[in-house]
Order: sequence, then structure tokens, then C-alpha cells
Amino acid sequence: MTALPPFQTVLDDHAGAVMAILHGAVGREGVEDCFQETFLAALRAYPKLGDDSNLRGWLLTIAHRKAIDHHRARGRNPVPVAEPAEVAAEDGIPERDEALWAAVGGLPPKQRAAVALRYGSDLPHSEIAAALGCSPEAARRSLHEGLKRLRKELA
Amino acid sequence: MRTKTDTAAIERFKARAAEEGLLDVVYATADSPFGPLLLARTKRGLVRVGLPNQDADELLVDLAARVSPRVVEAPGELDEVRRELDLYFEGKLDSFDLPLDWRLSGGFRQRVLRAINRIPYGQTRSYTEMARKAGNERAVRAAGTACGSNPIPLVVPCHRVLRTGGALGGYGGGLPMKEGLLQLEGVLDESPAS
Repeated sequence: MTALPPFQTVLDDHAGAVMAILHGAVGREGVEDCFQETFLAALRAYPKLGDDSNLRGWLLTIAHRKAIDHHRARGRNPVPVAEPAEVAAEDGIPERDEALWAAVGGLPPKQRAAVALRYGSDLPHSEIAAALGCSPEAARRSLHEGLKRLRKELA
Repeated sequence: MRTKTDTAAIERFKARAAEEGLLDVVYATADSPFGPLLLARTKRGLVRVGLPNQDADELLVDLAARVSPRVVEAPGELDEVRRELDLYFEGKLDSFDLPLDWRLSGGFRQRVLRAINRIPYGQTRSYTEMARKAGNERAVRAAGTACGSNPIPLVVPCHRVLRTGGALGGYGGGLPMKEGLLQLEGVLDESPAS
């Protein structure tokens, strides 16, 4: 059994990534609450965490669940996603487009999370998979479906 | 890179974690005339003081392994410890009034350290006396080891333990620091030791 690092290290290393992902997933007014809930849940569970090899993926998984809880609590439906931190201009997605991110907010949860993690937080497929708790192939599929739907809606 | 919003959010998270009783070990650094100190405490009391020549990161990893991995930096939680140490270094405090957590020392070592904790300010004792107080006069070497492994130096004043005959012996923070502390307490002259 390898000893877990002090929780402060987890905060120092990953608070920024969690913040960025939540920003993309729930927007500005929800980010603070989700951030608190994510790290409180993480700190509660931390001593029992058996494996510290992917702390980032573990945290992102929790953050993803908290984002989903947040949307459920607000009755879901199109959620305006205010100013994502940065958006890569790949796959024909322009930078900082309010209409686009509103459409992202209207995607089904897995697709929305995959798109936000890929383009809001610039994560590779393997880490999106870790965050969503699915296989890299399933993450790629969610991303693909999400993008397809966005193209159709915004065409 | 961390924004102001992030820092504020982290502070609020820590406040809520403290309310929920999730902070098993809180720590902070403090200045001293000898260099930076690491201060760590649990809900029971002060559990670790890291001296300037010790690696703070290593001490935190050790606390995570031996006490709890819920180790979080929270300077406000160490205010009272810092205040008493500041007064001590100014020569205005001769007895600490801080709850202590002894869990990092067991058995004979803990008995030695508890005996050391009763040596009054400005006085010294020998390793032999400490061994006797801990219940085994012949275990002088083990008493020396207990001093050397003191997790709460300064507050548990292992610097007041000398060799029989008055030679300084050793100190985890280095001999100059031991000399400095004994000078502060008026046991040694200010003149540089030969």
C-alpha cells in the first residue's frame, strides 16, 4: 500500500482543473457551489481511497457527478454556460460563442460533459474517460455524438 | 496559475471542511529567529514542530502516513501556537499553555518526552535523569534517542537536556540552535561557545 499524499497536495495540483471543468459544465453561477461540494466529497472519501495513481481522474469524476446533481436540482433543460475558460478552435468550433455554449448546455449530460472536458478544459480522451467513468472508446463516442448534434443545431 | 476567485473558493472550502470536522491535521509555517518552522496540530493538540533544517514536505508526507492523509494548510488554525512561540522567542513567555498530541511517540520514548516537558524554563537536566524519570535509569542511550526523535521540539524542551557534566549533546535542529535557545533562556552566556 502506498501512502496517500497530504490532501493539500491534491488541492494544489488539481483545484485549477476542477474549477475549469466545472466552469464549462455548469457555468459561472454554479461553479462555486459545485467546487465546494466536489472537494468536500473528495476530502470525506480520501482516507479510504485505495489507489492514488489517478487522483486527477478521481476528482474529475466527482466534479462531473456534482455538475449533474447541480443540473438535476435546477430542473435541467438548456443551461446557459457562461464564458468557458477557453475554447480551442478545432473541429470548426469558433472561440467564445455564447449561442454555441448555450447549445452545449442543452446536450444530454454525458455528451455535454465530454464536450466541456475536451474543449473547455482541453483534456485528452483518456482523461475524459477517467472523469466520466467510462472507456476511452465510449468517451470518444459521447464526444462525437455531442459534436454531431451541435453541428446540426447550429447549422 | 491561480486566480483570486480560485483562492477565495479554496478558503471557503477549507472553512466548510473545518465545520464538518474533516480537517484531521492542519498546518502552517511560522517565522523564528532560527528560520522557518512548520507547525502542525490535530483536534487533540500540537502534534509536530518542524525545525528550520528539516524538510517540511517530508514531515507532511510523514504526517499523512502516520496520522491521517487529511492534511490541509490552515494558518488561522495555528494562531495560538504561533502567538506563544513568538512570545517565547522574545523572552516574554516561560511556559507554554498548549494542548499536545503525543501520538507520534510511544512507550518509553513518550515517557521520556513527558518528563522533559516538565523541565522548567531556564534549567537543564541530564540524559541520565530523564532515563530515570521515565522508569529505567540504565536506558540512557534510549533516552538520548527519545530526545533526538522529539516530534514537538521547542514546546517540549529537549534543548534543556545535556550530557552529564554539562556538554551540549546533540540537537535535531543543529547545535547552534540548541546554544541559541539556552542563551535565550539565560543558561549559557551570550559569548560564542568554543
